[in-house]
Amino acid sequence: MCNERVLCAGFGGQGVMSLGQLLTYAGMLDGKHVTWMPSYGPEMRGGTAYCSVVVSDNPVGSPIVTTNATCAIILNLPSLEKFEKSVVSGGAIFVNSSLIQKKVNRKDVRVYAIPANELAAVCGNPKAANMVMLGAYLAVSKEFSLESVIEAFKKVFGEKAGRMLDLNIRALKEGAAAVNATIELPKAA
Amino acid sequence: MTMTLMKGNEALALAAIRGGCTHFFGYPITPQNEIPEFLARELPKIGGVFIQAESEIGAVNMLYGAAAVGCRVMTSSSSPGLALMQEGISLLAAAEMPCVIVNVMRGGPGIGGIQPSQADYFQMTRGGGNGDYRVPALAPATVQESVSMMVQAFEMADCYRTPVFIVSDGMLGQMMEPVEFDNIELKEPPEKEWKLTGHGNVRKPKTIKTLMLDPARLEARNFELQEKFQKIAAAECSWEEYLIDDAVLVFTAYGSTARIARNAVDQLREEGFAAGLIRPRTLWPFPDKPFQQLASRCQTVLCVEMSCGQMVDDVRLAVNGKLPVAFYGRCGGMIPSPEELVAKAKNIMKGGRQ
Repeated sequence: MCNERVLCAGFGGQGVMSLGQLLTYAGMLDGKHVTWMPSYGPEMRGGTAYCSVVVSDNPVGSPIVTTNATCAIILNLPSLEKFEKSVVSGGAIFVNSSLIQKKVNRKDVRVYAIPANELAAVCGNPKAANMVMLGAYLAVSKEFSLESVIEAFKKVFGEKAGRMLDLNIRALKEGAAAVNATIELPKAA
Repeated sequence: MTMTLMKGNEALALAAIRGGCTHFFGYPITPQNEIPEFLARELPKIGGVFIQAESEIGAVNMLYGAAAVGCRVMTSSSSPGLALMQEGISLLAAAEMPCVIVNVMRGGPGIGGIQPSQADYFQMTRGGGNGDYRVPALAPATVQESVSMMVQAFEMADCYRTPVFIVSDGMLGQMMEPVEFDNIELKEPPEKEWKLTGHGNVRKPKTIKTLMLDPARLEARNFELQEKFQKIAAAECSWEEYLIDDAVLVFTAYGSTARIARNAVDQLREEGFAAGLIRPRTLWPFPDKPFQQLASRCQTVLCVEMSCGQMVDDVRLAVNGKLPVAFYGRCGGMIPSPEELVAKAKNIMKGGRQ
């Protein structure tokens, strides 16, 4: 049964809100119940930003996943420090290792270290780091179809989507490929 | 059916247009700014009017003027902004001006904060304006319900000649959920024979006013209004029940908090505890009936709010001493987790302190 509770976090400007919206939209297109909830406040570019995404077979109650995330997609160090503890035991943390050198302390979660900025640069635009992270997540969760994610991309980005699509699909695929290469197995507790 | 993903605030704004709204007056405040942002862009395209007033006081009085000439009108604001509008709301209720007023609640009192809260239940159901008046208050719990209630609010406003509140909060306003606008069917609005459109020297002038210095006339006027409020109370109570038939403990919560309480009910059920939920969809008129009809199995009603305890007063009135009513609240922008509610419920069911 699908009940994904995903926390996406990073600096404002890294695209964590868009990343979460893409996931939410894709879940909706796949016929799931979904919610997206942003952190909001006196935010600014460079400040921390995060959003909660719930994708479920059942109607979603609380849209907030700060205490019981099944997965966290973390794009910068302050977010790792803030949300490492938010993931449930047996959950997964995707870390942008381009910006985060610190090891994840948790021993009871799966950790995927993805050099998202480097891989995005390879694709042609470092700004696509969020899409690399999304690609990594999609490869692991297997709850979403690539078609739905691409369709979601067109919905979320509107007219801009067309000329950006190839780059972003490449970024998704780089992220997916990186998962297999960089998996860190949980150590015995 | 075309589903689209929208923020609660944007959905409210689009639903207002679909509901026939042509005029918006307001002043910016977080966390409801997506509503005026959307309407500033979209209303002029349909020949409507968007005005950013000089203040909330200006906005609510522009509402009065535009309603008086027969337009479908609305404003939206958040808690301290609604506080500023209270005098105008009393005037609107007294003059029986149809309009919709959205409150996307944030933490208070005072200027407070900008995170989600439900601490305006008293403000929404008891009012801060003077005099004997009531305003219907609709409390959506999903983005889709924000849409249906927005349309319903305009129809109620015209049907009863009254302001109607939409009681949302920062969580519901900011979150995105799938929503569709396909099934909106608009009723033909009633003829507004009272509206002021100029007599053109061909008929007697009409007036809309609330000053009545003759006490006997003012009392009669009050009784007229009360009759209308009783009619609304009899016809418009609305609520949702979830698993209450065999429930030993029944949660009650409205709006976004009801979503969290529903999670708590599911968790408790999984662990073998018989919990249920009553979710008022109208705050005024308050749905007494589901509380009065609770089965004898029910031992406690647990009211959960993002406030220090406001709706719980109405729950106690509805239960009328027949059952213990417990309360759990978070406030100031803090949002309760399902786990907190589960722990509170278990504590009660074990005979813990209520």
